[in-house]
Amino acid sequence: MIGTGRSVKPITARRRHPLARFAVVALALGLLGGGYALAAPNGSTADAAVASGKADDVAKGKDLFVAHCASCHGLNAEGTKSGPTLVGVGAAAVDFQVSSGRMPAADPGAQAPRKPLDEWATPEAIDQLAAYVQSLGGGPTRPTAEQVDPAKGDPAKGGELFRANCIQCHNFVGAGGALTYGKYAPPLHESSPTQIYEAMATGPQAMPVFNDSVITPEQKRDMIAYITSVRGQVDPGGAGLGRIGPVTEGLVGWVVGISLLVLAAIWITAKKRQAH
Amino acid sequence: MTDNTIDQPEDRVPKRVIGTPPPSEAILKEEPAHKPEALLGVKLQDPESARKAERVVALLFAIAFLAGVGFIASYVIFQVGTLEKTSASNFALGGTLTLALLALAAGITTWVRRIMPKYSMIQERHPMASDSETRESVKETFLAGANESGFVKYKLLRRTLLLAAAPLGLAPIVLLRDLGPLPGTKLRHTVWGEPTKNGKPRRLITEGTGQPIRAADFNSPGGILSVVPEGHEHDLNALAKATLILLKFRPEELKSGTNLNWTHDGIVAYSKICTHVGCPAALYEQTTHHILCPCHQSTFDAADGAKVVFGPAARPLPQLPIGIDEEGYLVAKADFNVPVGPSFWERGDAEKEAREKAEKA
Repeated sequence: MIGTGRSVKPITARRRHPLARFAVVALALGLLGGGYALAAPNGSTADAAVASGKADDVAKGKDLFVAHCASCHGLNAEGTKSGPTLVGVGAAAVDFQVSSGRMPAADPGAQAPRKPLDEWATPEAIDQLAAYVQSLGGGPTRPTAEQVDPAKGDPAKGGELFRANCIQCHNFVGAGGALTYGKYAPPLHESSPTQIYEAMATGPQAMPVFNDSVITPEQKRDMIAYITSVRGQVDPGGAGLGRIGPVTEGLVGWVVGISLLVLAAIWITAKKRQAH
Repeated sequence: MTDNTIDQPEDRVPKRVIGTPPPSEAILKEEPAHKPEALLGVKLQDPESARKAERVVALLFAIAFLAGVGFIASYVIFQVGTLEKTSASNFALGGTLTLALLALAAGITTWVRRIMPKYSMIQERHPMASDSETRESVKETFLAGANESGFVKYKLLRRTLLLAAAPLGLAPIVLLRDLGPLPGTKLRHTVWGEPTKNGKPRRLITEGTGQPIRAADFNSPGGILSVVPEGHEHDLNALAKATLILLKFRPEELKSGTNLNWTHDGIVAYSKICTHVGCPAALYEQTTHHILCPCHQSTFDAADGAKVVFGPAARPLPQLPIGIDEEGYLVAKADFNVPVGPSFWERGDAEKEAREKAEKA
């Protein structure tokens, strides 16, 4: 009894020490912080980026951001009158916009078009920029190569989903179409599988969002398989005429076909000039 | 000034009468030589030019012959079967036949234009009506015939004949019934209001995947889904009226036009059928919340009860009352309170009726 009493006694005594309450608070905070760091989703905070060794990317990304993006999106990506906040848009949005040349935007029009990349926008620079924006507030991340491999998708299933959700704007073979006030749904012919996936996940510009819980990554891959498979299809008539359907086909039919018929009718019925 | 006539304007030169000598020798010499006309209004072709044309026509006929032989040959050579083979066969058959007919037609036209003589023909107009004598005679014949037939004299005969003809005259009107049956109230209701087999509220199903939608999963503002009713995923007659677009908003984006009691956590369901002529209106801009109809550019403000902001549509897209079931899936709480889609004859002011009904309740 005495032995145990002796061993317990020093702790009991120290419990009443003036500094004990501070020690307990420090211990609790330490446990809480450590636990949070372990449990927090990977890559969603700057701390996590530091922990996973991506701190360099984030720092370099911030430099790139300040140089190329901050004039519209604000020095801390908080957004300005000419550009929305980028907190929470995620790495997928950055990769989509910058790798397709849409951002940095050339001018503040109705819509930023796809254009050739600036010299600085190397894949490495886009990685760093994406890491920085991802560190600001999470958001959709970029898909893996396997998630966007058209060979692994089912174009038939993807076609059904594409027809239900996409063709109203992008046309049945992804030829694009007009929207309101100068906006338009761009053609999908040049989009890479990764860009198609990112566009669905992030909803760039006027495009709606199709998040992973509603259209799963597998279903997105099926749609990518459909979009890429129709590009290679042969046009049975010889010329696709933009593949926008009866509008161009009818126009060509009327203008070219009827013109030929009119010319033939003129030739048949015209009086030959007779010498007097 | 010996050649005075040449300098004069054309209309002052007297018209040359055929057979009389020309007014001056100089004019005759300037004209190319041609054969004297054999008949009035008939011009023979220049024999030299006709001989040249003969060669052209013969060449075209030869091409037509070769193309015709080519058609028969292609029929034998190009066998159908696969898509590529059929395509090649079609191309060869169509191409040779087109060439044969075109060359034949061009040859005949050239023949007519350059070898056959030219005629100037005059067809005189005559009055359309017959002269009064003929008309009088026809009238007499008709009346005599009518009297002789007894049509006037025998009343029973006349009346039974008219009786016999009457049903035949009515028959086409009766056959119009095949255009029906009348729609009744079908246009006013959709399957969203019908009870389900298990008695539970009808779930919203994603078009294409066939999966019900958990409200918590449809959580990205700016999202859109095309939605069909549970149990009618492939029933085109039902879908023609019941297809929806489901939109997710931030709560602060919704305006007074949207019935908030019919939404769930910023999720709003509108009819996909345009109120103009019934096209699927589903072009959605998440930045402006515009729903655009591709047919005639009717534009609806999705954040404000889908009211019309542009275009020929006269009414907003009807909103469907939605909620969630005990498992968290989106369900329809009731049918649309107004008929969906375009106007129809007996529709009336359904919006006003719905408003009055809501005020009474």
